[in-house]
Amino acid sequence: MPDPRLDLLQGTLDLMVLQTLAAMGELHGYGIARRIEQISGDAILLNQGTIYASLVRLQNRGWISAAWGISDNNRKAKYYAITRSGRKQLARDTEDWHRLADVMSRVFGQTVEGGQ
Amino acid sequence: MIAHLRSALARLRAFTSKSALDADLEQELAAHLDLAIDDNVRRGLSPEEARRQALIRFGGVQQSREQQRAARGLPALDILLQDLRYTLRTLRRDRAFTIVAILILAIGIGANIAVFSVVDTLMLRPLPFRDAARLLWIGPAVFTGDWSSATYSIDAYQELRERNKSYQDVAGYYAFGSIDNFKLTGHGDAKPFTGIGVTPNFFQGLGVAPMLGRLFSSEESLPGARRVILLSYPVWQQHFHADPSIIGQAIDFNQRSFTVIGVLPPTFDFGAVFAPGTRMDLFVPIEFQGTRLDGNTITLIGRLKPGVTVEQARSEAAVLFPKLDFRTDLPQVKAGYTAYPTPLKQYVSGKLRHSLIVLWSAVGLVLLIVCVNLSNLLLARAAARGKEFALRGALGASRGRIVRQLLTESLLLSSIGGGMGLALAAALLFWLRHQSSLALPLLNDVQLDSTTLLWTMAIAIATSVFFGITPGLRMSGSNLQQSLKDAGHTSSDGRQHERLRAALVISEVALACVLLVGAGLLLRSFLHVLDVDLGFRPARAAAIKVDYDDGDDAVKRSVILRNVIARIRAIPGVEEAGISDNLPFERNRNWGIPHLKGVSTDKIQGESALVYIITPGYLSAMGVPIKGRDFTWEDAPARQGQKGDPVIILNESAARRLYPDGDAIGRVIDANSGDARIVGIIPDVHQTSVEGQPDWQIYYPMTQQGPEGAELVVSSTLPPTLLSASIFKTLREINPAQAAVPLRPIQSLVDHAVSPRRFFVLLVAAFAALGLMLAALGIYGVISYSVTRQTLEIGIRMALGASAARVQFGVIARTLRLALIGIALGVVASFAVASLISALLFNTAPTDPATFAAMAALLITVAVLAGYLPARRASRVNPMVALRGN
Repeated sequence: MPDPRLDLLQGTLDLMVLQTLAAMGELHGYGIARRIEQISGDAILLNQGTIYASLVRLQNRGWISAAWGISDNNRKAKYYAITRSGRKQLARDTEDWHRLADVMSRVFGQTVEGGQ
Repeated sequence: MIAHLRSALARLRAFTSKSALDADLEQELAAHLDLAIDDNVRRGLSPEEARRQALIRFGGVQQSREQQRAARGLPALDILLQDLRYTLRTLRRDRAFTIVAILILAIGIGANIAVFSVVDTLMLRPLPFRDAARLLWIGPAVFTGDWSSATYSIDAYQELRERNKSYQDVAGYYAFGSIDNFKLTGHGDAKPFTGIGVTPNFFQGLGVAPMLGRLFSSEESLPGARRVILLSYPVWQQHFHADPSIIGQAIDFNQRSFTVIGVLPPTFDFGAVFAPGTRMDLFVPIEFQGTRLDGNTITLIGRLKPGVTVEQARSEAAVLFPKLDFRTDLPQVKAGYTAYPTPLKQYVSGKLRHSLIVLWSAVGLVLLIVCVNLSNLLLARAAARGKEFALRGALGASRGRIVRQLLTESLLLSSIGGGMGLALAAALLFWLRHQSSLALPLLNDVQLDSTTLLWTMAIAIATSVFFGITPGLRMSGSNLQQSLKDAGHTSSDGRQHERLRAALVISEVALACVLLVGAGLLLRSFLHVLDVDLGFRPARAAAIKVDYDDGDDAVKRSVILRNVIARIRAIPGVEEAGISDNLPFERNRNWGIPHLKGVSTDKIQGESALVYIITPGYLSAMGVPIKGRDFTWEDAPARQGQKGDPVIILNESAARRLYPDGDAIGRVIDANSGDARIVGIIPDVHQTSVEGQPDWQIYYPMTQQGPEGAELVVSSTLPPTLLSASIFKTLREINPAQAAVPLRPIQSLVDHAVSPRRFFVLLVAAFAALGLMLAALGIYGVISYSVTRQTLEIGIRMALGASAARVQFGVIARTLRLALIGIALGVVASFAVASLISALLFNTAPTDPATFAAMAALLITVAVLAGYLPARRASRVNPMVALRGN
């Protein structure tokens, strides 16, 4: 039996999508989903379908744009790209995330020490 | 922030272009799967396996669709629209229920809106003047209806203006005008208008700006000033064709030329504020010098300085008023003025406060009954729809979703009902605004405005929640399986269900009972008021204002008036005729207190005597019986050098007070204007109010005292409409300048005086009738419903030998039990309510047993009738059909 996979925290998927688009440039939904799976080493429980709610949310906020295009193997697909305000948002969120992770690791570190 | 705004806009856009976006999504999802399959095939899987793997990795396709839709659009609104569509469908299917529910709601909400508008105008909104909260009515603490005691002399007014420290300014109007006192002369027949004298600062004081032209200046009340006049807006519209060039033109009234200097705005209605039920057309400045000599003539209205409180104004008045002079040139005359300033708003509508609160409570009760009724209807409906909801629950609808659906239904119903109610209220208010004879203030101003609309919305939402939530919670709480299994409609409900419905009906009956008892008590009071012995017989008498020109000569006047009366009496159908200068319930005045010769008036303080100047025949025309004798034309005028024999008639109160032994006739008393002999005594005539105690009255003959105006009263068995033409023709023959004024039935004066009470009684009774009807409907609904549900049981009982009469009796007995419990509760509540309205009752005890018994009997009768129809249906159940039916 494989290790139980991680459930995604609320809002984390949006951030992953943004980061993926920032790193990879234009991608279609399937591409984004695959990329996230690969990066996470299949550690995340991701139904690929859920990515579309995240995409429309980001699009509504103006952080990504979308346009129909043709894929490498000649299929029609919708391509997403990060916008300028999306990059700004990503920078903000990344910083927040680092700070939170920092704090969390300090909190856990303290607990371990206290437990000894 | 911008992201949020953008997101909201995008969601809205998505909401409106659903199908395009859905198609887009479908394409995208298909592309996704194709790409995934391509990948899998490239990795060496068979096409079938590639597809299977792709679908597994994708997760639920439908779920993903739903998620995407929820993220892009407005899911709450989607559900609402869905619910609305569904509701419209079900309501259309259930047409009878829908119509009844909406009608009930429309009536309940409409009545509430209409009454709220009246309450809002009379109680809540400020008067239609600038900064109206600072306006005070300056008059004595108690107003008995005697205007001479509620007014002040010109000198006192001017002293007050100079000496007070509380008011920015004090204004006033002449309180003794009569209707139709200005005759437009110069073009053809004289047309009557009603005008009033005001202090020149009157409109500035109230904060009323002219629509055209200007207001009065202070010089215009000085003697010898040019005569100027202001027109009311309706007069300017109707009689001067809204012609702006009227400003500056001269118009002849009463053979004198007046220059029109302005037109008042349409929002200003003098009658609506100061003289409910009368119309004021023209305004002229009071001529101070001439009016000084007429005694107490003007009312006072002050505008408080900023920062001065009503209390401060009152303490100042307590000190200042007793010092004011009646006439500065007669310092020995002590007027003994007092004043207790009250906010003008309170003066105008304070008396109605109690009635309005009662009225408001009554419509509130009606609305409550409407809610209970609808709750019951919806409950019955929801029970019948139990299966439907159970099915939806089984298909995955959450409990919240079902409650939401039911609330949507009730909200939709109450919105439609509210809309129709608004239309109904608009119609009611339109009718009310045109009740010009109704003696209630500010009615011209009653309208549907934003406050009313807010109130309507509040009512509609509150009712829908109230009547929607009970069945909603019940339904969603019920056991799914139980409902699905339930055969449905032919066996009785669970006890709990039955009990809730019974409780609703009982509360409905109790509420209706409270309404009925309240209305019954008010109605009985009103009948008592109508029964009051007024001291005269209004039914057969009618009055018309007579114009004549006597050149202020008493002898000439006697000749003219005697001729008028003789000519009028000669008209076929006229029984008696006579003239008085004032009529009951209209203008009045007093000249002080008649007293025994040589006795100081100090001993009989507190009484005042109303003065009437009449001709022989007036009292008989009014149907007033006389002890002693009436005046005659031979009661000679006091001429120069010749004393004559001054005579008076007193009413019983005055006579008994002066001569407790009852031997007043023939005595000579000091009647203020000199000694006079009492020749007759009449019963106490109600001159100022129907419900109050009559004042002292003193009658002088027109041959000996100068009247102010002349009202010709005729008595006849013929209706006034038949007599009107011939009387008017005769008056025109005698005096071609006679103005075209109507012949007014004396009864209309009485009606006018009791019109506020009639109005309130009518409304409360209508609401009570509505409550009764709704209660009957409620009883019918519940009993009828339970008979339907019990068809199977009834069938079994009848198959086992129960007779039709027995079944029928059973149903009626159950109805009666519900009604009796409701009535018992209602009677207890009514005792409490009745003591609250006791101030509005007249000669009726709040516990009046007859009223309570009659209303209880009425309710029982209606309940039995409402139960009879379903009972008859129950008794006709065919056991075979009923048993086979399931």
